[in-house]
Amino acid sequence: MLTYITRRILYSIPVLVVSSFLSFVFVSEAGDPLANLRQNPRTTQGILTQLEHVYHLDQPVVLRYWYWVKDVFNFHHPLGVSLATSQPIWPDIHRAFGHTLQVILLAEICAIILGVAVGIFSAVRQYSVFDYTFTSISFLGYAMPTFWLALLLQILFVDIYLKWHVRIFYTSGLNNHGNATWSFDRLQHIALPVATLSIVSFALYSRYMRASMLDVINSDYVRTARAKGLPERLVVMRHVVRNALIPIVTVAALNFGALLGGAIVTETVFTLDGMGYYFIQKLGQEDVYAVMGYLIVTSVLIVVFNLLADLCYGFLDPRIRYD
Amino acid sequence: MTEPRQVEKIAGTVAPYEQNYDTGIVTAPAGLLDSTVDAGLELQIRSQWSYARQRFLRHRLAMIGLVGLIIIFGCGAFASYVAPYTFDQIDLTNVLHGPTLKAHHLFGTDEIGRDYLSRVIYGIRTSEQVGLVVAAVSTIFGLILGAIAGYYGGWIDNILMRFTDLVLTLPALAILLTVAALIETSHSNFAQLINQFGDQWTITIILAGFFWTGIARIVRGVFLSLREKEYVEAAKASGAGDMRIIFRHVLPNTLGPVIVNATLAVAAAIITEAFLSFLGFGIKPPGASLGSLIAGGQQFPQKWWLTVLPGLVLVTIVLCVNFVGDGLRDALDPQQRRVRA
Repeated sequence: MLTYITRRILYSIPVLVVSSFLSFVFVSEAGDPLANLRQNPRTTQGILTQLEHVYHLDQPVVLRYWYWVKDVFNFHHPLGVSLATSQPIWPDIHRAFGHTLQVILLAEICAIILGVAVGIFSAVRQYSVFDYTFTSISFLGYAMPTFWLALLLQILFVDIYLKWHVRIFYTSGLNNHGNATWSFDRLQHIALPVATLSIVSFALYSRYMRASMLDVINSDYVRTARAKGLPERLVVMRHVVRNALIPIVTVAALNFGALLGGAIVTETVFTLDGMGYYFIQKLGQEDVYAVMGYLIVTSVLIVVFNLLADLCYGFLDPRIRYD
Repeated sequence: MTEPRQVEKIAGTVAPYEQNYDTGIVTAPAGLLDSTVDAGLELQIRSQWSYARQRFLRHRLAMIGLVGLIIIFGCGAFASYVAPYTFDQIDLTNVLHGPTLKAHHLFGTDEIGRDYLSRVIYGIRTSEQVGLVVAAVSTIFGLILGAIAGYYGGWIDNILMRFTDLVLTLPALAILLTVAALIETSHSNFAQLINQFGDQWTITIILAGFFWTGIARIVRGVFLSLREKEYVEAAKASGAGDMRIIFRHVLPNTLGPVIVNATLAVAAAIITEAFLSFLGFGIKPPGASLGSLIAGGQQFPQKWWLTVLPGLVLVTIVLCVNFVGDGLRDALDPQQRRVRA
């Protein structure tokens, strides 16, 4: 097990290095970190040359990548300093990341609970009205772009507020008063982003859960459990659901990457100060080091979650051996 | 799909059929033909494709999807005939009107009085072009590279697999966004080359560059397993060249999953293009795609039709494509039939 983990981690290092190098080459070649300064008429060529020298912008790209990697592991300013705003990048990403994580985790929890419950029910009552209803809903969920769903919810709740002056959920921002991570105020703000992301993932989970339930429900040991006279409820809850849940773990981990992508649009629509919103803003400002910061943090996260998924899989299903 | 053709089972068939392996034509023994004709039976020779077509035509959802797609894509393709106005005809006396039957503004008007139905129809055309071209280009590209990697293996295979690994373990959407956002400002020759075609084709090229890996993986997998099969060995033994084996013996077997994936790629490309345009890194005004229309409508949350209607069209397109894709999967790839619906 330990060797497996070590090998996976060792394997993901070159993946991260290659991907970050390729992104770095592209981002630093296409974007200009001093674009803001260049547009300022009072900037002289001398200052620009000096800055380019200080920030190694006059060096070849491989060397610049090396300096950037050193910046990423800098203890005081991890991920380096943004050249567009002269601000350290880490505090911003750290803060935004907390918000995004809160939204994503809540969305994952809602989607998994609902999706698993619906999946179980659809499989047990296969081809019932309930099953068909949720099959149609999940087809819709697959076809629905995240940003459009977010906009629909926003329009709906803006309309409700304007018509009846009832504030159910806020449609933008994070907090109205204070800065508490867990408060009613905060929940009112993040409810819609969470709902958007969980509706999208719900379709995925309910489908997978249903399919994996149907796989298990027809196996021999389930027939044995029924034959020895266990009540159907126990057969389903104890024998079927437990095994059917195993593939869901992998889906959940892989879905994490998709949620990070979904968070980009969701946070943009609801102007929520998270990673995705940060990324879009920095992309618009051509703040290359901030963009690189986002890319490397999310890449590492996705790699870690893939690894966790594989480990959980082995833990839950003893038939799988890693060596 | 290249197995010897099957002939409908007819009572009393004894004599063997003959197949010309170059043309694929099956000749029934002379006696049989006479006897069936005598018995008033019709001898029908059917290929795997005709079985697949039959399965597809019987798939109800797929038929609904196909009809829907033909209607919507037809509107898009003949936008200039179907749309009541042009997509950029400004009417400042008629700004932000809700959907009415009056003056044919079925979808209302936008913030400078352009007829929204016309804009949506032109938006369909853009999205449709992007989706179809991305699917076609990435399929051809993926097919070629996947076939080479799967059949020859070696370093091409290695690079391909490492590259697809990379795509799988990375925040693909974010990287796509970065490429789309920064390619305009880039001064490299490659970026200039891509940019000169205008934003629609820039986005198409970028998307195709990301989409081919999926198809390549599938084709490679089929090639890897089939190149070890006895029938390929037999073909080799009888002196067939690599090209003949690839194109005549293996490639047709990959077409089922490839067609299914190409279909689903149309929907994925349309959604991704809408996503990019929505964030402002895809198609820019005055051009219209479904995504950029939704993005424009976002500024007026109370004018619901500006966001809801193009979104509904987008969802309908994607639903229809998914239905057709499902139908094709059931028809072409009966073994891979998943537990569904």
